[in-house]
Amino acid sequence: MIEVRNLTKRFDDVVAVRDISFQVKRGEIFAFLGPNGAGKTTTVNMLTTLLAPTGGMIRIDGLDPVKQSNEVRKRFGIVFQDPSLDGELTALENLQLHCALYNVPREERGRRMEHLLRLFELWERRKSYVKAFSGGMKRRLEIARCLLHTPKIIFLDEPTLGLDPQTRHQLWNQVRKLNNEEGVTVFLTTHYMEEAEKVAHRIAVIDHGQIVALGTLDELKQKTNTETLEQAFLALTGSTIREESASSKDRMRTVARLIRR
Amino acid sequence: MNCIYILWIRQLKRYFRARSRLLASIGQPLLYLLALGFGFGPIFQKAGQGSYIQFLASGVIGMTLLFTSVFSGMELIWDRQFGFLKETLVAPVPRILIMIGRTLGGATVALLQGLIVLAVCLVAGFRPIGFESIPLALLFMALIAIMFTAFGTAFASVISDFQGFQLVMNFLVMPIYFLSGAIYPLTNAPKVLEWIARVDPLSYGVDGLRGVLTGISHFNLATDLVVLGLLSAGFVVLGGYLFSKVQV
Repeated sequence: MIEVRNLTKRFDDVVAVRDISFQVKRGEIFAFLGPNGAGKTTTVNMLTTLLAPTGGMIRIDGLDPVKQSNEVRKRFGIVFQDPSLDGELTALENLQLHCALYNVPREERGRRMEHLLRLFELWERRKSYVKAFSGGMKRRLEIARCLLHTPKIIFLDEPTLGLDPQTRHQLWNQVRKLNNEEGVTVFLTTHYMEEAEKVAHRIAVIDHGQIVALGTLDELKQKTNTETLEQAFLALTGSTIREESASSKDRMRTVARLIRR
Repeated sequence: MNCIYILWIRQLKRYFRARSRLLASIGQPLLYLLALGFGFGPIFQKAGQGSYIQFLASGVIGMTLLFTSVFSGMELIWDRQFGFLKETLVAPVPRILIMIGRTLGGATVALLQGLIVLAVCLVAGFRPIGFESIPLALLFMALIAIMFTAFGTAFASVISDFQGFQLVMNFLVMPIYFLSGAIYPLTNAPKVLEWIARVDPLSYGVDGLRGVLTGISHFNLATDLVVLGLLSAGFVVLGGYLFSKVQV
């Protein structure tokens, strides 16, 4: 479903992603696990047509995100690391906008929106402005939204960042259910070990823009001779704390977060 | 088409829901109209130029259009910071359609603001030469709005933070306004100012609007219309191109 070969992304003098290769099978839940600044989001941005790679090859359902971007875009749904809803619109309006952008058949829109809003327990709040939603509700709405056009693949970029344990638990249950019942391929990134452990079929550990290990949970533990994924993770990536260089964009993001409150 | 409509209606919804913004953006033109209009009025009259309000109204409408459109165009920066932009960037729709939808939405908002200020001008004593001139005036207003919304979008596509926005406002938008002949007649202005006004896109908008509404123009209506039409098209193309290059 996803095929990546020798993918590289360079920003000016920083190499964010360095020559990575992997494959994600149809119907698989695949986790990108790595510390902050490891290159997870950069990889997701390249897979989802938002960034052009510096080198290497990507195929999404056999298509090239650079040359066939619109065809690729129809096939996936994405939940970004930061909310991407319009707070001045209601939940329902946000979904309607998505339906229009993705050209969801008119006669199906009402039914699908209702189904997903009920599934994510937001039906009662469909007419509320999104700016009044809690972090968890926004996340649920975003996941509901990314499923509206029945994508084959969903990308979840640190979807549980800042959520409480209840919401996280519920969110992963729904993701697993979608994967089980509808065969949706899931590509997720996280730096929470237990999440990767719980939901992912296979895990790629990424650090400094490189994949340092890839396999099932058991394979990773075996490879590093450790008992838990946490130990395996630390064995693979070391235990020093990463200094991310904060770009102006990051600073703006902080400002935006403050304002949003 | 679907996506142009939905992005257009989104801008309108946001506009009508933010009442404070509606009031705030009328405050400034109102200040110019009242302070300049009535303050300089007597001098203008003594200099034999007739009623200043009559002259200034088109300028203040032009100013409203300029400020609101550039701001609408640059709302892109907000959408980028608040994340919504990404939702449209990954949508399976040609970027140019997204840019057109946004531009039409922003321009419509600016046009509404312009109409409100026109109404205020009427209350303040402005009298157009005839009501049959209104449709042509609307055309000029729409062109100014589209041109500057696309202008704002173009800039917002290449700068990514609020500081950049301030820069554009102070070093481009303010000069565009003050040097356009919106608040003083170009006819007797020093040659330098007259020449600067010739390269200022707003000059043609204000001049055209003034020509239509009061019958007095510095360039002529046909020139105004052609220049404005070409510039609008040019900025839409430029904005569309730069927007299509936006990465996250």
